[in-house]
Amino acid sequence: MNKSRRSFLKVAGLSVFALSSGMAAAPGTAGAQIAPGSYGRGESALHAKRWAMVIDTRRFAGPEDYKPLIEACHKVHNVPDIPDAQNIKWFWLDSYEHTFPDDMNTYLDAKTRSASYPLLCNHCTNPPCVRVCPTQATYKMEDGIVAMDYHRCIGCRFCMAGCPYGARSFNFKDPRKFLPATVPNPGFPTRMIGVVEKCTFCAERLAVGQMPACVEASKGRLLFGDLEDEKSGVRQALASNFSIRRKPSLGTQPGVYYLI
Amino acid sequence: MLEKLLSAPKTYYLWLIFLLCLIAGCACVYLQQLGEGLSITGMSRDVSWGLYISQFTYFVGVAASAVMLVLPAYFHHYKKFKRMIIFGEFMAVAAVVMCALFIVVDLGQPQRMLNVMLHPTPNSVMFYDMMVLIGYLTLNIIIGWVTLEAERLGVEPPNWVKPLIYLSILWAFSIHTVTAFLYAGIPGRHYWLTAIMAARFLSSAFCSGPAILLLLVFLVRRLTGFDPGKEAVKTLSTIIVYAMCINVFFYLLELFTAFYSQIPGHSEPIAFLFAGHDGHMAWVSYWMWAAVIMAFLSLAILIPPSSRDNPTLLPVALVMLVAATWIDKGLGLLIGGFTPNMYETVTPYMPTGREIIVALGVYAIGALVLSLLWKIALGVKREVNNFSD
Repeated sequence: MNKSRRSFLKVAGLSVFALSSGMAAAPGTAGAQIAPGSYGRGESALHAKRWAMVIDTRRFAGPEDYKPLIEACHKVHNVPDIPDAQNIKWFWLDSYEHTFPDDMNTYLDAKTRSASYPLLCNHCTNPPCVRVCPTQATYKMEDGIVAMDYHRCIGCRFCMAGCPYGARSFNFKDPRKFLPATVPNPGFPTRMIGVVEKCTFCAERLAVGQMPACVEASKGRLLFGDLEDEKSGVRQALASNFSIRRKPSLGTQPGVYYLI
Repeated sequence: MLEKLLSAPKTYYLWLIFLLCLIAGCACVYLQQLGEGLSITGMSRDVSWGLYISQFTYFVGVAASAVMLVLPAYFHHYKKFKRMIIFGEFMAVAAVVMCALFIVVDLGQPQRMLNVMLHPTPNSVMFYDMMVLIGYLTLNIIIGWVTLEAERLGVEPPNWVKPLIYLSILWAFSIHTVTAFLYAGIPGRHYWLTAIMAARFLSSAFCSGPAILLLLVFLVRRLTGFDPGKEAVKTLSTIIVYAMCINVFFYLLELFTAFYSQIPGHSEPIAFLFAGHDGHMAWVSYWMWAAVIMAFLSLAILIPPSSRDNPTLLPVALVMLVAATWIDKGLGLLIGGFTPNMYETVTPYMPTGREIIVALGVYAIGALVLSLLWKIALGVKREVNNFSD
């Protein structure tokens, strides 16, 4: 009886050892795939409490002046050029009355009226697109940027109905068919068919210490900074100039300001 | 009770085969859509929802309308509806199946649709919409099946189903209210941003749903001899008239606010729907005017009791009523919501042929579900001699 119990314990002990050592080997490989711990900010990352953009439209002479900004944005994000109403737009131009439709001033000065204005996602403080998204594929980051998870998006387009600024595009067509074989920026993912996308305020560039592509290409005419920091360039520009935002009455609190 | 499907005339099976062929044909077009994406539709960046979502909205209403039979029968013990009630419940089942499919065909990445449940998002109305529709489908399948079985066995339905029936009455109101909230809570879409949206949805559902039910029951009467009962038809058509009057009244309220306030955002979508833009009628404008004419003509027939009870005039009026409400909710709602667009300009939308075929496929699946369920119900009614007076 005693002997058999001892042999049982022996076998059991050996089995446990064998099993645990086997298990110890397995997590070694699995552990290489899923890194434990949490993700932190990179050392060079730029951060703010609330990112915002100020566009000094007075310093742009015409639509041609905005071209390098649009090109920079679309290149960095592999935005396809689709020539119909099912197109993709991240950063684009429109007239004053389409950009600021609430301002129905017939006698607005000709210069302001005839100018082109850049449009992009407003990264609202109170974004309706985030409110309506049924899968949290669109979400607000702690620094105020409204971001997108292209792999979670189910393509229901509720966010497009929800966005009062028409800032969102849906990939009706396969966007990769409208990009060259070697994409302009291999470092940024191309999107798949059937998901929504939009401007990201270049969150991926801020993470490595770079300013947004359009800001960089604007040669100082687009300011980008922390809205909650009194000393930031954007706050100083807003303090000393007259600025407007798109459709402010809707309460979304856009993060893009226009100096007119 | 499934055996009732095995003893049917040849024409019934021919009808089923026809539906299956139609579904297969339309499924081929849907496969194209899976490959080429929603680019095969007439939707665009500015008009990002179209025929699919509008049909979804319309059929949520049809599903909810079963309550117009269930409520009088169970809250007011109105016995005359008892014979017809199962057809309303089974129509609701078919309608919810169609709703679910209209959502699926509208998704850009349909294989990810369970993300709605994997990442439940209480601030999104679409999350609630999915929940209430699944709940309503389950309720109607259980209630319909259990009460039909009880009828077949000649016993009262079990007591545990009663609370479910009362729940389904409240639930019916909730599904269409939540569907209205999909639209009515969005800032910046002027045509939808109206507190009366849910009330309008319910009133339009409570006239159009029973109207579709009556038309289908008349068809079944002609094909099989099943008689819903004269009194039941009379009462239901009275309900339809009241709901339609309220529906038209609610729309007129919208017109008052839009045009008396003269706030451009409120009036422009309605002006576009009825008059187009830049002096050119949009194609939808002709449909909208047709809806207005049919709505008032149907009321002109339905309001006087003499013409309402006339067996030839009643179906004509109901067809016009269904067409009018379908145009209002199935075309006008979405097109008016997206036009003018976010830049206060006009991006035209018209469903493409392939988009219509995919929608037709969903209609055919709805017809198939309805044909199967109603056949079972009719078989049971015949067996227990509750087929006609």
